[in-house]
Amino acid sequence: MKPKKRKGISRRKFLVRSSIGLGIILGAGYLSKDLFRRYLAGYFNTAEPPYLGNTTDPSIWFEITEANEIILHSPKVEMGQGVFTGLAQIAADELEVDAPRLKVVHASSASGNVDGVSTGGSTSISSLWTPLRELAATMRQMLLLRAAQLLDAQPAELKLQDGKVLLGQQTLTYGQIVAQTTTWEVPEIPNLKPAEARKWVGRPIARLDLRDKVTGAAIFGMDAEMPDMLFGAVARPQHIGAVYQGVDNAAEVRKMPGVIAVYENSNFVGVVAKSRMEAENAKAALKVRWDIPRIWETEDIEALILAGKGTSYEIQRNGNPKYYFKNNEKQLIKAEFFSPIGAHAQIEPNGAVTHVTKDQAVVKISTQVVKITRQEVAKALGMDEEQVDIQPTYLGGGFGRRLHTPNAIQAALLSKAVGKPVRCFFDRREEFQNDTFRPPTHHVLQGQLSDDGQQILAIEHHVSSGDVMYGSPLIPRLAEPILGHDVGAWRGGMIQYGAIPHISAVSWRVKLPFATSWWRSLGLLANTFAIESFMDELAEKAEQDPVAFRLAHIQQDARGIRLRKVIEAAAELGRWQQGASEEGRALGFAASTDANTPVAQVAEVSLEGGKICVHRVSCAIDPGLAINPDQIRAQCEGAIIMGLSAAVYEAMYVEGGQLKPTIYGPYRMALMKDAPKEIDVRILENADSPGAVGEPPLGPIGAAIANALYRLTGKRMRRMPLAEEFNRLYIK
Amino acid sequence: MEINFILNQVPVRLVVDGQTPLLWVIRDMLGLKGTKFGCGKAACGACTLLVDGQAVRSCAYMVKFAEGKQVTTIEGLSANGQLHPVQQAWMEEIVPQCGYCQPGFIMATVALLRQIAQPTDADIDANIANVCRCATYYRMRKAIHRAAQIQSTQIQES
Repeated sequence: MKPKKRKGISRRKFLVRSSIGLGIILGAGYLSKDLFRRYLAGYFNTAEPPYLGNTTDPSIWFEITEANEIILHSPKVEMGQGVFTGLAQIAADELEVDAPRLKVVHASSASGNVDGVSTGGSTSISSLWTPLRELAATMRQMLLLRAAQLLDAQPAELKLQDGKVLLGQQTLTYGQIVAQTTTWEVPEIPNLKPAEARKWVGRPIARLDLRDKVTGAAIFGMDAEMPDMLFGAVARPQHIGAVYQGVDNAAEVRKMPGVIAVYENSNFVGVVAKSRMEAENAKAALKVRWDIPRIWETEDIEALILAGKGTSYEIQRNGNPKYYFKNNEKQLIKAEFFSPIGAHAQIEPNGAVTHVTKDQAVVKISTQVVKITRQEVAKALGMDEEQVDIQPTYLGGGFGRRLHTPNAIQAALLSKAVGKPVRCFFDRREEFQNDTFRPPTHHVLQGQLSDDGQQILAIEHHVSSGDVMYGSPLIPRLAEPILGHDVGAWRGGMIQYGAIPHISAVSWRVKLPFATSWWRSLGLLANTFAIESFMDELAEKAEQDPVAFRLAHIQQDARGIRLRKVIEAAAELGRWQQGASEEGRALGFAASTDANTPVAQVAEVSLEGGKICVHRVSCAIDPGLAINPDQIRAQCEGAIIMGLSAAVYEAMYVEGGQLKPTIYGPYRMALMKDAPKEIDVRILENADSPGAVGEPPLGPIGAAIANALYRLTGKRMRRMPLAEEFNRLYIK
Repeated sequence: MEINFILNQVPVRLVVDGQTPLLWVIRDMLGLKGTKFGCGKAACGACTLLVDGQAVRSCAYMVKFAEGKQVTTIEGLSANGQLHPVQQAWMEEIVPQCGYCQPGFIMATVALLRQIAQPTDADIDANIANVCRCATYYRMRKAIHRAAQIQSTQIQES
């Protein structure tokens, strides 16, 4: 077979770190002139978004030690989504190494293997699927060619098996080959294995980080240490829009026990002390002046968010829905939906451990944006990026909360001020009040049935949302006028039923007085809650079964076929035809398509003593090729309960200018007692390459529960959180 | 003040402000990082460990109350590399995602199984009230039942 020639091969660079003697390092730069636009286009519209690695330095992926330890330096961070395990499985097949033997670590930014964007958007596996296999296959070929030289044999005579090269009775480990090599012959990219020859892709192997995570050995940002580390603390605002003005008693606080420095600049004041308690006490003693331009209340935010205010952009258009809305009032229905402010509430607070010296800085941190963290720290310190090494740790939850890390800047400035390593973290109140929240939304939907009342003739969705993408350091300012609309806010806001002849979806942008940004699945949860609740309302008006009604509006193309199949699979798995398993319960159905992954869910719900109880959720998902079916199931189970939590319980409110609550408990989240006792997941693989998994299964659950509640109670709940809405409708 | 307690079977003596939360003593002074900080107000359970066999949220438990007691953290569960039945069950069900809250849940489960050897779903709902943002509750419930099974098998065998 002829080796595959691939565009860009001549620019591929390989680096052998021969000075170490034991290590072989292989890397590749993926060059693109139009990174950003391709990224966005891929991110939203294809199953295989491009991977944007570093475009100037060679990226560094694999390391093999003389003891034959094979290490994958991952530019993607592990935040629970199982990416280390998935990447290991993808690499293992081409590398001819058993996946559980691979050791996966976070690539430090100094290693050069820096992701060009972030770990997020459910794109890690899909974007690395092809590049990582090519890297691994190339490295395997390098080892094979070198082994042939060492064994004085033809490459075709050699057999590869779990990190070893075999020739009859002779064996060379990869590590032994590396130890005897200083220069390497770099081959063309070999042909990749056909699907039937894969051994690790597709297997439900245990997570590689499993043991460390059940023994307490896994190190997160908050666990990171440096020798002689001091404790920092920064005063953070408690009011929306508060602007730092200064501190009145810096000299006094400086004299408190254990305090080493009080650091002030125009943006913030922080302290550094010998112990955590002393740092906390000093911070509490600071008399900080804040300018609070306005005291906001929840009602102010609710008034701001209404659709029709702010600026708008039509994101989807088929035919001419307006015409039909005007001309057939009798088959028209209209409904409004709301979703509240949501907190990330990840359990590990944000923070960093930093050591800044004269000409370099080291930052240990839980971050989803290694590159931006490095850029921002370098800028704040007046250093070149090469002088700053970001060393990511395991993340104690990501969910989008770590797509901006200004906390790293603060920790770095404190370290610079004292010339020693400093750790500096948020406390829980600060996490809740200084989060980058999921924005509240308002949705207005109109639907028009055909004259015979059987089909949807026209549908329109207006979604009004605070910013998701706008204002994020992930998105260059330049992109805002080019795009003209917030691709995060409208995620899931398009109508997925392409057979409806007349469709319009309009995204309204509202500027809120507090930071809103990426929250796992972005607009998907709220948009699907609105659209899929409304689909049930239309089905009822048409006197049709909600599942059959949805199926009747799916277009006959590849996307439509995949959506149809997950809807049919979920209905079967959830025993939709048979109905609820017990009296007093009802089933609800919903489906969504996110990042080209369709998901459908059936929820079985009852009311127990006036409380919403979700007993069973059946979920069908089609992410294309499944790399690790067990971890896809785990992501679905987690996303379903996290989505349930957000849809049924969670809400932040604004009182006296402050975002509240500021602690778990009052910020009510789903706990063990609220989790469904049964969750069934069926994975369909109607695409040859892997697609998005981490976020799509969060889409349908809110609507599925609301639709079940309607069938149970006859009341349509159009406002999240549903538990609060239920109380409002029933107790009033 | 001087405080003495037994940490994972090893006697510990240290001089510390008695009001310091036990969590910080264990993490900052004794260097065991498996017990996590989540909220500082005993609201999330990430810092759960055992004091004389009882589950305690150590972020809001002053170190002076540990005087003379047996403190067990996640690191102390697996003696000689042999995982505790709860950890074993957690492995078999592949429970963790991000993993941050898991030591707290594992310790809370160890305490639960000491009180109720074969907990029902209702027992689990009533007693396991920690927060997991990855929402791994579905697998945790399965793992708790499995741990109960493993423990009862071990008791029968011994």
